[in-house]
Amino acid sequence: MATLGQLDSANLNGGQKLAVKYFTVAIVLFGAQVLFGLLSGLQYLYPDFLYGVLDFSVNRMVHINALVVWLLYGFLGSVYWLLEEESQHEVVGLKLGNLIYWVLTSAVTVVVLVYLFVQIGPGKESTIWLINEGREYIEAPRWADIGIVVSVLVVFYNVAATFSQGRYTGIAGVLVLDMLALFGIYLAGMFYTTNISIDQYWWWWVIHLWVEATWEVMVACIMAYGLMKVLGVSRKIVETWLYIEVALMFGSGILGLGHHYFWIGTPEYWFSIGGFFSALEPIPLVAMVVHAVFDAGARHAKNSNHPAMAWLIAHAFGNFFGAGVWGFMHTLPQINLYTHGTQWSASHGHLAFFGAYATIIIAMFYLGVQRWRSGVWMSGDLPGNGWKWKWALGLLNLGMVGMTVSMLVSGYVQSQIERAIEGSTWMGYFAAQIHPWFAQGMWWREVFGVMFLIGFVLLVWDLLTIGKGESRAMQPAVSEN
Amino acid sequence: MATSQWWASESFWRKTAIWVTGGSFVALIFLTMDTIPQISSGSKRVPAYSVINHRIEYKFDEKRHVQVPVIGAKEPLFGKELNEEEAEALVKLGKLTTQAKNCMNCHTLLGNGAYYAPDLTKSWLDQYWGTKEVREVQMVEFIKDPSDKLHNSVGRRMPKLEITDEEARGVVAFLKWMSSIDTNGFPYNFKSIEQEN
Repeated sequence: MATLGQLDSANLNGGQKLAVKYFTVAIVLFGAQVLFGLLSGLQYLYPDFLYGVLDFSVNRMVHINALVVWLLYGFLGSVYWLLEEESQHEVVGLKLGNLIYWVLTSAVTVVVLVYLFVQIGPGKESTIWLINEGREYIEAPRWADIGIVVSVLVVFYNVAATFSQGRYTGIAGVLVLDMLALFGIYLAGMFYTTNISIDQYWWWWVIHLWVEATWEVMVACIMAYGLMKVLGVSRKIVETWLYIEVALMFGSGILGLGHHYFWIGTPEYWFSIGGFFSALEPIPLVAMVVHAVFDAGARHAKNSNHPAMAWLIAHAFGNFFGAGVWGFMHTLPQINLYTHGTQWSASHGHLAFFGAYATIIIAMFYLGVQRWRSGVWMSGDLPGNGWKWKWALGLLNLGMVGMTVSMLVSGYVQSQIERAIEGSTWMGYFAAQIHPWFAQGMWWREVFGVMFLIGFVLLVWDLLTIGKGESRAMQPAVSEN
Repeated sequence: MATSQWWASESFWRKTAIWVTGGSFVALIFLTMDTIPQISSGSKRVPAYSVINHRIEYKFDEKRHVQVPVIGAKEPLFGKELNEEEAEALVKLGKLTTQAKNCMNCHTLLGNGAYYAPDLTKSWLDQYWGTKEVREVQMVEFIKDPSDKLHNSVGRRMPKLEITDEEARGVVAFLKWMSSIDTNGFPYNFKSIEQEN
């Protein structure tokens, strides 16, 4: 074992070495997401800012694409991280996995450069193949889609083969099937059609079945692993919970897809299906909170990694409020008629993506640096009382809640004035946008965005320094079962 | 913790998870098979592309209690009647252009996209275009170079996106066709350009 407190890749197994590469890119893209979010937010306040150079459409595209890709990198990193421990077997085909990491990362770099410097193309299929597909969240051009599919097939091979040859646990079973679904669904977004109703029908298969089904199950697997690592909760308990969550999540989330089929030309029966099943969607998220808090408290657990545990708790609450409560608030068609496509959606999107996904990946970052520094102490009594991770946690969460509430206020104004009263005309849209209450929300969003940025900088600083020169070995995770 | 009961056992929940997931997915497949024909172009809800040869209005339906698109008399776009293939080619050019120019990262279409600019679902019917006589020309000119045109009082402007004359006509055709889709009354309470009553 290498010296305590020093970053040394000898502390990591093969899968974990690859995982920290994925985590590194994830953090860089997280930074890009925050930066381009701030730029787009600023354009609401100063519309001439970067006009004609980096227009809102470009900044916003980079903002949401960086989000999707950094979370995917976080998931892939997390999977590689737990793979060898969970399967008790070396990663099968690790060299290929490493190669694919470089291929994928190069492709992402090229896509971002094209977004920034080419931006748009002529109205031909070649633009969709080479520059920009122009469909929100999955703007990546078709060549990159194919690259992504090939890459994830390799990752899937790594994971499935490793579990098959090693120990095939309950987490492994859920993870393998979930990854298959997650990657398979991506294919539904890889074709062109002129019919926008059909286009959006399949587009939602990708977007919804990712973020409200397969991604949720992915983080449930990570949570199960995380609770065993951080608190030493028994496998039997976390795996039983995992199955309950899968049943509830897929049981509500798959048909909950219907809440995107209210207004895109699809038949009226989707009102009932979408309304009913999406109203159920918060239930698994409640279960998740019970799960996390109960396990932490009731078992008098000794916690091996305070920052990771704090972020896991932030995940449980963020997932419940962001995805659950904020989603439910406008999911029924009776209210969605007025809120659909307003700042309500942006408000929900921010808290949900952060609460459900960013938080748990940050928890994995902390587990990562702990092992990377040879399993150092990360419980109480850190130097400076651990002020960096605590302030990062506070600023990121407060910043996000502040942005969410600001956009919700603007969303109220927009749905009332533009949607309900004015009927979504051009004039109605701007009648809402110029309203002082709307504008105030946009200002506050930017202010809290800056707070979030400061939190992000602290987080990166902390991840680079926590445990440095620490001489105590980690507190073992112990839990009463 | 009492884990001997059947409802707390791992195997019960594993089986439940598998059956619930499988069942939901099968239900989704059947619903998809029912929905796709209903939203294919040429269906009742999503008209054929040649609908751009007709007048389109958005009227309150007493029975459904929402506004629905009403397809009226012949009113060919740009004064030229197109057959089904020509109409599809023009709408296709428009749809491709909306993707190539990344419209969706400022605007919403059918309510989906970004929130920096107005929703385009019924933009063909928007009063902003003045009268029906000048609408088509206004729209084409605006799309080609909006940067120097009147927008609003917040100072937000659409940039010039190197859109050709033909592409702009395609976009207008696409918008006209999109306005004919039955969106279950979304957007609500929309106030249309002059309509026959």
